[in-house]
This record gives sequence, structure tokens and C-alpha cells, in this order.
Amino acid sequence: MKPQIPPKKNNWSWRSQAFRGLIYQLVAMVVIAGVVWFLAHNTLVNMRVRGIQSGFDFLSQAAGFDIGESLYPFDSGESYWRAFLVGVTNTLRVAVLGIILATILGTLIGVGRFSRNALVRGLCLSYVEFFRNIPVLLQLLMWYVILTEVLPISSEAWAVGPFFLSKGGLNFPIPVWSTGQLWAAYGLLPGLLLGWAYRRWAVRRFEATGQPGSMVLLPALIVLLASVLGWALGGAPTEFNRPVKGDFAIENGGALTPEFLAVLMGLTLYTASFIAEVVRGGIASVARGQAEAASALGLNRNQEMRLVMLPQALRVIIPPLTNQYLNLTKNSSLAVAIGYPDVVSIANTALNQTGRAVECISLVMLVYLITSLGTSLLMNWYNSRAAIKER
Amino acid sequence: MRISNLKNVAIVAAVLGTLAAMPAHAGKTLDGIKARGQVVCGVNTGLAGFGAADSNGKWTGLDVDICRAVAASTLGDAEKVKYVPLNAQQRFTALQSGEVDILSRNTTFTLTRDASLGLNATVTTYYDGQGFMVPVKSKIKSAKQLKGQTVCVQSGTTTEKNLTDYSKANGLNIKPVVFEKLEAAENAYFTGRCIAYTTDASGLASTRNKVAKVPADHIILPELISKEPLGPMVRRGDDEWFAIVKWTIYGLIEAEEYGITQANVDKLKTESKDPVATRILGTSEDTGKLLGLSKDWMANAIKATGNYGEIFERNVGPKSALGLPRGVNNQWNKGGLMYAYPVR
Repeated sequence: MKPQIPPKKNNWSWRSQAFRGLIYQLVAMVVIAGVVWFLAHNTLVNMRVRGIQSGFDFLSQAAGFDIGESLYPFDSGESYWRAFLVGVTNTLRVAVLGIILATILGTLIGVGRFSRNALVRGLCLSYVEFFRNIPVLLQLLMWYVILTEVLPISSEAWAVGPFFLSKGGLNFPIPVWSTGQLWAAYGLLPGLLLGWAYRRWAVRRFEATGQPGSMVLLPALIVLLASVLGWALGGAPTEFNRPVKGDFAIENGGALTPEFLAVLMGLTLYTASFIAEVVRGGIASVARGQAEAASALGLNRNQEMRLVMLPQALRVIIPPLTNQYLNLTKNSSLAVAIGYPDVVSIANTALNQTGRAVECISLVMLVYLITSLGTSLLMNWYNSRAAIKER
Repeated sequence: MRISNLKNVAIVAAVLGTLAAMPAHAGKTLDGIKARGQVVCGVNTGLAGFGAADSNGKWTGLDVDICRAVAASTLGDAEKVKYVPLNAQQRFTALQSGEVDILSRNTTFTLTRDASLGLNATVTTYYDGQGFMVPVKSKIKSAKQLKGQTVCVQSGTTTEKNLTDYSKANGLNIKPVVFEKLEAAENAYFTGRCIAYTTDASGLASTRNKVAKVPADHIILPELISKEPLGPMVRRGDDEWFAIVKWTIYGLIEAEEYGITQANVDKLKTESKDPVATRILGTSEDTGKLLGLSKDWMANAIKATGNYGEIFERNVGPKSALGLPRGVNNQWNKGGLMYAYPVR
């Protein structure tokens, strides 16, 4: 019998698996593109037939509404896309702060689950079980209700030094901007470079000779001294804009509204419980032999966790941690229920003023898509750096 | 005759036949309502006096009564209504997509809503204005004292824009706290998060009487900062349904003008010789046929809900829980703005 010759790898015939795969992928792409085009076309045609106006031209028109809080001043005469930008900064403000705080808190609690003290272990366990199992919207509402019911009205605010706490939020003194602060910023940059350079040198020396040097404290001190030097050279300004009690509200100073505080606290505590479990799983994945070897080398529990367990656990921790960061960012959209003007709230207002439902919703989806993709890109880069390089 | 010629004739005949079989000019909405046997009405989720359900699930309110009157004039039975509660974000999309036939949800008629959403504003059923409510404790007597203050407002309404316009015009720098849900906005005001709450004056009265623990602790400031003509909206492209809704409301207003009430409508239908009354009730002329409805279209509506004055008294009038005066919502010949086009 004549032996059957298998087809060559790049043969353009149906018997080649690579060729078949290529054809299937092309067909799938065409089908998906066709479905997407059909949906968009159908929507546009239907909207035109019913007389519903569409298009993104409304973005350059004046917004006509004020925004309750923002990082920089926003006037109602500015255009809609600038209002959207304020919404995006508000979302990022709560998302970035929330991620940082939740990571710190979650790591502490996750590590606390391994404590030798039974009380600490029990507290961490109950924290995780409590905050993990209640829906996040209820937690946000609970914090908002607590903040607005328990705190006094602004004219009877609790004063702690220069800080005021009331239903109007947390008022704090902010430094009056003058040249001194600018020079402090100028001093910060070379300070950062110097501190980083010193740290590199100290780490290299330790790895080469075993001589321990201060690798965190001294660089931080260098950075601090450099900014203080810049501040002093700039005239050493000490002017602060202090909050004072007005007729109905606290005036002057900076303020964190109860909406922002409730969103931040709710999201941080909720996500920290998930991060605690992720960290716990990561640490548990490291072989117990490592912990025993560390204590055999004379490291105490703190050093063992910090220098041996956590760095090895990072490989397992980072992908689910990315998930939790994305969840936190997307959960911030619930802030619209308690009056925080994030991008969803601004889009809702714009949607109702202009009637462009499809356009506004797609803008919000785009914002979240870009933010989430950016976060996961960053985390993936960090993951590849933290990965153990196998020999 | 050649085959192709015969084929052409057959095709033309078939097309003409289908065209002839189609009804002359039936509106899609009216057909859908007749097929379904009920009017689908978009109402408020819970605004006392305008559209709210009680604990038994029975809907009452001025907007609800308009829907019942439209159902009575179209289908002959005011109970053949399905109520769909809608919040401020969903209301226009629900009407545009066909989920509801009529949006009777204290909606302000503005140019944007009439022109760019594919919707039509019918007849104003309540002339309102936007106001502020503050606690008596705050000692604020005028809206101009709200400089730099926080004001609670519901998202998705004309309220936000009016607040900004007023704030800018008077240099007040008001900080709005915007909530998605009506209940959340009201709650934030009553716990003291904001110093003031703003919405239409009728909504303020409704909130103060129904939600406040002690209504007397809150006052509604005298300034009305905007015009808010409220009324039902329908989709564009269906002029028949638009005419039915519009003329049902005008019929209710004209019935009050000429003294036809829920109590005397049956008597007047059989005994009255007044030319206007007989035209409205269908005994002398059949105006219903011109709209595609039965002869008793207006008689059914008035029997079900009463005339406009009775609807007003029952839901928002001085003797009701809201206690609002007739004011500009009175008949044109009594100093108000309600001016019905002649039903004839």
C-alpha cells in the first residue's frame, strides 16, 4: 500500500490543520464584525426613524449644571466633556486611594491570619467573614447613613485641633500656596534621585559583602531633608487656610465630603476583606519548609514574613489582586446611590439634560474599559518582574 | 397575452390587494392598546398626590387619574390600565422603546424633550415652579440666603439645571449633592446633610407632608425659580394617539368649565339640552368617531375620574394631604391658565 504523505506545514489545502484554523478564525472575525455592525446600524436607523437625535456633538456644548465636589474648580458654563473629565478625576480619586488603603489593610489582615495570637487570628477571621458576605451597595449605604446620622450638623461640628468633623464632612487646614511649596517640590525631585541612588548602593554593598546598612530609613530621610531644604530656601512659609465655623457651614480650608468618605471607607473595607483572603492564599502556597528554614537562619517572625514568605507569595497573589483592584474601580460606580459625583453620576445628569442615552452610556463604558485595561497592564508588568525566574 | 405581461399584472394586483387590506390610517399605539386590552401607563415610583401606590398596590394621584381617564375614553373602562413605575433616568427610554404607551409622570415640557427625544408633549395638566424647602431651625427666609450652601437634588431632572442657573444668576455658588433615587435625596435632606432640598413646589409639598416626621418643622421658601409645566408625553409618529390623549385632557378641563361632574354626568347625558354639554357627552355630535373612539368617549372618562377640578381637588387640592391652592391651575375665566380648546 502506498504510504500516505502528510501535507506540508504551509500547504494551502483543507487537510492542513493550520490552514483550517486560519479559515475558521477569519470566518469568526467576519461573523462578529457583522453582528456588531448590524447592532450599531439597527440602533442608528431606529433612532433616526423615531426622531431621536444622536451623535457626540453635545460634548462641546455648555454643561449647564454644577458639580458638588471636584479636585479643581468647575463652572457650569464649561462644556460637557470637561464635566465628564471632572467625573473621571473623581472616580480615579476614590479608586486610587481605595486601592492603596485596601492593599495595606488587606495585607495586614491576611498576614494576621497566621498570627500566633488566637485573638488576632479570630478578629481577622471575623472581619473577613463579615465584610465579605454583605453586598457592597448595602455597605456603602450603611456608611453613608452612619456618617450623616451620627455626626452633628455643621454649626455644631466636633473640633479636634484645627480639624472639624460634621455632616458637612471632614474640614482640614490646607497650606496657602506660595513659592516655598514650589521650592519644596523642586527639592523633592533631586531628593528622590539621591535617595534611590543611595539605596541601590546600600543593597549592592549588602549583597556583595553582607554589611547591613539602612536601606529604607536613610533614603526616606534624604528625601525628606531635600524637600525641607527646598521649602526653607523658598522662604519657609507657614500660612495655613484654616476652616472656621460660618453661619450654616464650615468655611475655608479643604473639605472631604461625607459622600467621598463613605465611598472610600465602604470600598476599602469591602475590598480589603477579599485582598486578605488572596494574601492568605498566597502565603499558604509557599512551602512550609521556607518558614522553617527562615527561623533556622535566625530571622524573627516579622523578618521571615517580610523577606522570605511574602516575596515568594507574590507570584500567586498578584493575578487575583489585579481582579480585586478592577472590582474596586468598577464598584465605585455605586457611588451614584449616595450622591458622590463620579463619572456615572455625571453621565446620568448629561444623559437627562441632552437625551443622548446611547452616547453617554458608551462613554462611561469606555472610561471603565480604559481604566481597567491600564490597571491590568501595570499589574501584569509588575507580575512579570516579581515572577521567580526558574533556572 | 404574453407570460411576462400576465406576471406583471398579477404582481401589481397582489400588491394593491395587500394595500387595500390594510386599515385606512390606524395608529400603531391604538391598535396595540386595543389588542392588549389595556393602556400601559408610565408613572412615578412614589410621589404622593401625583403617582403613588398604597399598601394594597392601588395607584392614586393626578397623573394616575389622567391615565385612567385616557383608558376610559379609549377602552371604556378606567381599570384597564397597567402601571409601570419609572425613575427619572428610565422614563424617556421606556416611552421611546414602546414599553409604555403614555408617560404620565409629572414631566416638565422643555424644548429638548419635545424636540430631540422623538417624543411629543401633550397638554399641561399642572403648572408648577421649582422651589426650596429648608428647616425652620435654620432661620433662612429667602432663597438668596443660600450662599455657598449644600442643596440636595435628584439626578435626571430639570431641577439640577434650574438650580445652577439660579445660583449663577444670583452669585450664590450653591453646592449640589446629587442622588439617583428620590428617597435617597429626601433622606439626605431630612438627616441634615444638606441645608435645603429643591424640586417642584408640588413635590416639596408632597415630601413635606408624607416623609417629614414633623411637617411643621420645615418651610417652603417663597421664591419659585423656574416654570415647570407638567403633563403627559407620548411618542412621535403616532398622531392619532397624540390626538386622543390631548383631547381627553381638554375634554376634562372643558367639562369643569361647563359644570359637568362625575355626579351629574349620567343625568346630563340623558336630560341636558345645553349644546356644549351634549357635544362633549356625545348626544348631539359624535366627536369620538373622528378620534377613532366610541361616541361615549368623554362621558366614560368623566364618569370614571370626574372633571379636571374634581381630579385636582381629590389629589392635590386644599382639602387633600398636599393642601395646594388652585392658583394658576384654575380655569382661564377664574384667573388661572387652564384653557381648554373647544371640544367640537
